[in-house]
Amino acid sequence: MDDPYDTAPLIPRDRTAHPVALDVDYKTSVTRSPSLPLLSLESTLTEESGPRFGHDLIGALDNNLILNWSQGAAPAIGERIRVHGRVLDEIGRPVPETLIEIWQANAGGRYRHVKDTYFAPLDPNFGGCGRTLTDAEGRYEFLTIRPGAYPWPNRGNDWRPMHIHFSVFGHAFGQRLITQMYFEGDPLIARCPIVTTIKEKSQIDRLVAPLDLAASKPLDYLAYKFDIVLRGRRQSYFENRPEGM
Amino acid sequence: MTQSLEILRETPSQTAGPYVHIGCIPRFAGLAGLYPEDLGHSPISEGVRGEIITISGSVYDGTGWAMRDAMLESWQADAAGTFPGSPGADPAVSGFCRFAADGESGEFTLRTVKPGSVAMRDGRRQAPHIALWIVARGINLGLATRVYFSDEDNRADPVLSRIEQRPRVETMIAQATGPAAYRFDIRLQGPGETVFLDI
Ligand SMILES: [Fe+2]
Repeated sequence: MDDPYDTAPLIPRDRTAHPVALDVDYKTSVTRSPSLPLLSLESTLTEESGPRFGHDLIGALDNNLILNWSQGAAPAIGERIRVHGRVLDEIGRPVPETLIEIWQANAGGRYRHVKDTYFAPLDPNFGGCGRTLTDAEGRYEFLTIRPGAYPWPNRGNDWRPMHIHFSVFGHAFGQRLITQMYFEGDPLIARCPIVTTIKEKSQIDRLVAPLDLAASKPLDYLAYKFDIVLRGRRQSYFENRPEGM
Repeated sequence: MTQSLEILRETPSQTAGPYVHIGCIPRFAGLAGLYPEDLGHSPISEGVRGEIITISGSVYDGTGWAMRDAMLESWQADAAGTFPGSPGADPAVSGFCRFAADGESGEFTLRTVKPGSVAMRDGRRQAPHIALWIVARGINLGLATRVYFSDEDNRADPVLSRIEQRPRVETMIAQATGPAAYRFDIRLQGPGETVFLDI
């Protein structure tokens, strides 16, 4: 907590930016959504502080999903891509030194998870998860393969668009966010009942990473840019005074 | 027209999905060999000051089924009520833990140090508590609640005091079941629904 900003109160969450909790088209949400209103409160030190992770946590290949499973021995199969971007907060401040974890299916749309029974084959050289810390300006990057779309049991014929799951910590437990990144141009995005739990089209667009040719490497990989915005903090000279003063 | 507010909107959440374990706790999911250990496998380490406790429970959906795929995260102060990263905090408390419902039974267990009471900005004190965050398939935005303790004085806690329907306070209080052991069940929906926080 070297930065005094990191002790300021969190801006109350704008829940209209997020998916609805219950959406009949996403069947599992029907029994897993609270039916009573949430209790809205001003943040306290508990939510304003949070776990911090250091560079000693991160291994040399942790942000390279093409090589991390085989520990550099053999590359994963698939379309090679770089995913990069910045983590900012609502007031536009970069979020430095924060942990980002990602996980995804392989190029055939199969996860290396005991519960994934889709018959697309596992790639012996692809694990499907990685992590990194943002730098001092909030930037991050991963090298990976483009995940395949996959079918899932929901309505009769639902398919997930190509996506990468993102988990971001920020500097406060109240900033914790898990989301998914989609790929520009994928026709399955608009048809996905998980995507459409977000009711504002402009917010869905926030999850669709554009092709970023300038950040690609000729004859090697394409790039996609995915910026992430976390909750911000309230900053005011009046902040630490008793009410009414 | 007015000037524009230079405020960005938060990136929308999406469900953590059924495979959250491979991303967040890969060793738990059987993916050994990537990381030396799962992040947040314990919130305490050797030499921790205070009472070591276990909190067990399940996360129930609206039908009363104990979910097998929920992942939880906790964040807490040390035994003196100081959060990790603050001056004087117990160096053996990271304060952060990740744990998951068992794939067979749905039971989770958190082994940690009992936190002390925490001062608020205005000087009031919060009763000892652990912040929880719950994600799973079907949960579109992670759910936040807190674990308080049945053997502490919770009467003046500023968060619990805000719960209008007093019987609902019990949903945020872990019940002592034995020496240093507590039960904390989470009900996402329906009778006995846990109080979730927008905080
Ligand atoms: Fe997925």
